[in-house]
Formats: sequence, C-alpha cells, structure tokens
Amino acid sequence: MSGFFKSSIGRKYAMALSAFFLMFFLLQHFAINILSVFSPDAFNEASHFMGTFWAVQYVLQPVLIFGVIYHFVMGFILEAKNRSARVKKYAKNNGAANSSWMSRNMIYSGLAILAFLVLHFIDFWIPEINTKFIDGDMTGLLPNGEGFRYYEELVHKFENPLRVGAYVIAFIFLSLHLMHGFSSAFQSAGASSMRKEKLQLFAKVYSISIPLGFIFIALFHHFNH
Amino acid sequence: MNLTLKIWRQTDANDKGKMVDYKVTEISEHMSFLEMMDVLNEQLINKGVEPVAFDHDCREGICGMCSMYINGEAHGPDRGVTTCQLHMRMFKDGDTITIEPFRAKAFPVIKDLVVDRSAFDRIQHAGGYISVNTSGNTQDANATLISKHAADEAMDAATCIGCGACVASCKNASAMLFVGAKVSQYALLPQGQIEAVDRVKNMVAQMDLEGFGNCTNTGACEVECPKGISLENIARMNREFLSANVKS
Repeated sequence: MSGFFKSSIGRKYAMALSAFFLMFFLLQHFAINILSVFSPDAFNEASHFMGTFWAVQYVLQPVLIFGVIYHFVMGFILEAKNRSARVKKYAKNNGAANSSWMSRNMIYSGLAILAFLVLHFIDFWIPEINTKFIDGDMTGLLPNGEGFRYYEELVHKFENPLRVGAYVIAFIFLSLHLMHGFSSAFQSAGASSMRKEKLQLFAKVYSISIPLGFIFIALFHHFNH
Repeated sequence: MNLTLKIWRQTDANDKGKMVDYKVTEISEHMSFLEMMDVLNEQLINKGVEPVAFDHDCREGICGMCSMYINGEAHGPDRGVTTCQLHMRMFKDGDTITIEPFRAKAFPVIKDLVVDRSAFDRIQHAGGYISVNTSGNTQDANATLISKHAADEAMDAATCIGCGACVASCKNASAMLFVGAKVSQYALLPQGQIEAVDRVKNMVAQMDLEGFGNCTNTGACEVECPKGISLENIARMNREFLSANVKS
C-alpha cells in the first residue's frame, strides 16, 4: 500500500472515507437534536451520555476532529492541485451544459460550511470543552443544580435571529454540498451501484432531509421560546 | 450562413497567444464544422493571412484527432459527436462562435488549436496493453469463453478514441475517464488479468506524473465524450487500483 494515499485515486478514497464518517456523524447528531423538539428530557439524557461517555469523548471525538480537519485540508489541497492542472482558462466555458452547479462549486459550499463550523464551535463546542475540562464540571447540571443544562443552552442559543439566519443559510449550503458529495463519495469509493435509482434517491433524500431537519430544529426553538 | 468566429491564435508553444475575430461567409448548414474551418482557411489564404492550424485526420469520428473547444464545450454543443461530425446546422446565421484549443497543463498548445496529447500515449505505454506470446502456439481467441455482459462492457470501454474531450471538459483537467476506459477494457477480460496489478498502478502513476487534475465526479467528461464512455469505468479503475495496492 506504499504511496497509495499519495496517488490521485488514493486521495479520492481518503476524501470518500472521511465523507462517509462525517455523513454518519451528521445523522447521529440530527437524531439527538431532533429529540429536543419532542422531549427536552430525552435530549438532555442523550446529550449528557454523548458528553460524558469515555468512548465518545476520548475515541470518537478525536476521530471526528481528525475527520473534519482532514476533509477540509485535503479538499483545499486537491482544489489547488486541480486548479494548477489548467493554467490557461477558457475564454468561454459552458459548465452548466454538462455538470451541476453543486458539483462545480464544492469548494465554495465547503467554505460556507467551514465558516459555519467556526461559529458552531464558538457557540457550543468550545463552551462545552471549557465547562467539562477547564472548569472540571462533568455533572451536566444547571448552575442552580435543578436539572441538566443542555436543553436550556440550546434554547438560549436560538434566541438571536441573526444566529438562526446564519444557521439556515449554512444548512442550505450543506444541502448543496451533500447533493453532489453523497453520491460522489460512493463513486470515488468505486461503488458500481450508484447507477441504481434507489441509491441515488436515498442520496437525494438524505441531502435534503437532514439539513432541512436541522433548519426546522433551529426555527422551532426560535419561534417557540 | 455568415458567421463571426472568435479563434485562439498562437504562433508556437512559446507565444502568449490571443483571441482573434474572423468573418466567414457562404457556409452551408450541411457542412461539418471542419469543412467550415476549411472554408475559413481558404478565405484567409486568399487574403494572405496565415490559416488556422487545427488537428484532423479521418473526419468520420474514429481517429480522435479533431479537438477544439467550441462555444464552451469540447467538440461543440452536439452530443456523442467529434468536431468532424458536428454539423453547421447546430448554429444559426449571424452567430458568433468561440473556438479554443483543449486547455490542460498536460496538453500544451503547439500552434493555434493544435495541442500535444502525447501524455495519453505515455499513459498507454505504461500499461494499456496485454503481452501475448505469438511464437506459433497462440490460442484461438474463440477458445476463451467470455460472458456477453463482460464482452459488451469491455467493448464499450474500448470505444474510447483518446480524443481528450474528457480532459478538456473536466473543470480539473482530469484524465480519469480516459485511463478508466483503458484500464476497464482489459480488467473485464480474462486476457487482461495477468498484468492487471501492474497495469492499473503504472497507468495511474503515469497519469499523475503528467500533471492531470483529480476527478471530482462532476460527470462533465461522460456528457461530452463523443463515444459515451461511462463514469462506471472510473469507479472500476478505482476498485482495480485499490485491489492492486492491497495485493502488492
């Protein structure tokens, strides 16, 4: 396998693998977040489990951070390499005639998602790490000690309409990114079944419904509290 | 038809080059695009202007020599055709047509619309063949049984004429459809199995060395390919490449 990940195809596989992991992560993230709409208690329990269980914190979380960083860094490296493969641009290029907007602009939808992740980390991840590992408070309780803090924090974050607007826009870009990225990851991994309508349909359903679900959660909490 | 042509002119590989406007008159809608270029060149020669250099050979969609990026698409706006098969009926009287060479770092311009596609030859030399002992005991081809499905898919891959439209159309100037087709046509047949591991590894290594970009699965190559080579061939090449790297 020496040199595999330095080759163009090896890098395609690596991008696809990190994409699969991130898409699976997104699904479980949504599954927990949607609980907040139906049952604040269930959302609190699930959040506390994910935030304190050792395998999630010390095994899956580092893998996730690596996956996110790898996907972005390799995305930028490949974009730079691809741009250098055509030094002189066409005077007239009709890209819309043969490919989708999403497929041609993955770098821009990716950049929008990266900007969102920065906001998301400032909003949730950094305060969470600060509470647990700097302050050393692993109880997950509110300052007054009356119940878990996770649901209250979530509701509080979605009070600001500007933040909700930013989340909505970011998830639209995520949907555009996934519309090409989902099936592209399967193609890169060598799957021959992507021709089959059912898998293509699943890719579309996932790419639209998951981001739409996140938008629904943000709007639900904004307008109901 | 009377047309305005915006054509890339470049005297040699070192020239910076520029787009130049030409008027061409008395074009029949039944002409092929190359015949229209012939008429233009005749008119240019009569005016004492250097004719436009462009690649062509068989003029029946087989050789893969004619290239040209016409109005923003490789081989022009029609589907499943090479430039020699593109008819002027695809355009209207008074149209302005932009004509450029295939653009890729691995396809440097030699002159005007002629580009050097020898990178494809070097990729083929790296493994796009099978080695057969022809010392007198060659087996009859029909004695090797091949399923209809595999034979059809191999033949579909083998229809690639190496024109380079895939590279020209790809936003990344990737050659993966070409290499995928050349790997696939042997990977699908028993005769190709013996050298399968070396073939895909060497051809991909040569492809990377030539400076082509990476495939991002936009599918532009498949749409613009005059022979309809499927993206399935890229997926097959990826599988072959992974399998080859696991084996050795």
